[in-house]
Amino acid sequence: MSERSESTMDTAATTEPTASGPSRRTQLFVLGGLLVAVVLAGIVSFYASSDPDGLSKVSEDEGFAQSEKDHRLGDSPLADYSTKDVDNDRLSGGMAGVIGVGVTFVVAGGLTLLVRRRGQSSEASDDPAAAEVHRP
Amino acid sequence: MHVPDGFIDAPTSVAAGGVALVGVAACLRGARRELDERTAPLAGLVAAFVFSVQMLNFPVGAGTSGHLMGGALAAVLIGPWTGALAVSVVLGVQALLFADGGLSALGINIILMALITVLVGYTSFRLLMRVMPRRITSVPLAAGIAAFVSVPVAAAAFVGFYAIGGTSDVSIGAVASAMIGVHVLIGVGEGVITALTVGSVLAVRPDLVYGARDLLPKQQLELRRSSPEASS
Repeated sequence: MSERSESTMDTAATTEPTASGPSRRTQLFVLGGLLVAVVLAGIVSFYASSDPDGLSKVSEDEGFAQSEKDHRLGDSPLADYSTKDVDNDRLSGGMAGVIGVGVTFVVAGGLTLLVRRRGQSSEASDDPAAAEVHRP
Repeated sequence: MHVPDGFIDAPTSVAAGGVALVGVAACLRGARRELDERTAPLAGLVAAFVFSVQMLNFPVGAGTSGHLMGGALAAVLIGPWTGALAVSVVLGVQALLFADGGLSALGINIILMALITVLVGYTSFRLLMRVMPRRITSVPLAAGIAAFVSVPVAAAAFVGFYAIGGTSDVSIGAVASAMIGVHVLIGVGEGVITALTVGSVLAVRPDLVYGARDLLPKQQLELRRSSPEASS
């Protein structure tokens, strides 16, 4: 209950055009979410099914699996979600997963920052319509 | 459903790459208007989360597995343009770093798993929200059903690519029924994961869910849709 009213307050606060970035609560939320992603990719993934996925299975059953070419980066250090030279399966896959989560977060987050910075006019308008007008 | 190199011929793959490029460019443009104080910090997280859940293949019977695609989930959480961008980043990272999904097939994979799932998923979500009760609890349900629908449609689109540029001489009808059949099952998993995830975020921070914005009590929430809000 109090959570709800707090969140409305937070909404009001964060919609103000500030340059200070996300609120503390939002930062905590992102951090918590990342932790979940790290646990899923780093630990839970070990227990995922290793059966072929829908497309691979269909390609085997329907007779076009042999047309698959080896991946050109198939020898890269993280190929197939295992870390090269790490023998323990659990560790090898877990490390690959955690690295993947980190890289994806940084690339997608960075891209978002860039897009947003370009989308904003110099006076950092919060109004989408205004941002539209100011777009070069 | 990561398409490896070799399934689809080069001309079709190149053409798909061009279409994907235009699509991603459109998303970059669309995301400028979508990104604000609430969606921007979340975009990286949603991409990272989709990456992690894509590692969790679940069994769908008969020695087959499937995993989340995440287009509908991302669209409901951060908006369709930003969502498609986030899933495209996931697919790029997977192809370049993890040898998952072919390099020349990257365009095809972006079309299938980022652009189509978002387009179908988000459109279905909006339509469902129009007919469902205007309650916050409708959001996870609508998101789940929309996510379910998006998966067999993406599978059908793969069959379309295969009909145009498939490298083996196999029966398209048989590929179609097999692909769509198994992806209906995978879609169930997609729907459940999407509904649970959207529901969890709504429970903690309802204000951060893009698809629930016009259901939240008043405030300075900006209306993104041109249609007037239904009076309730």
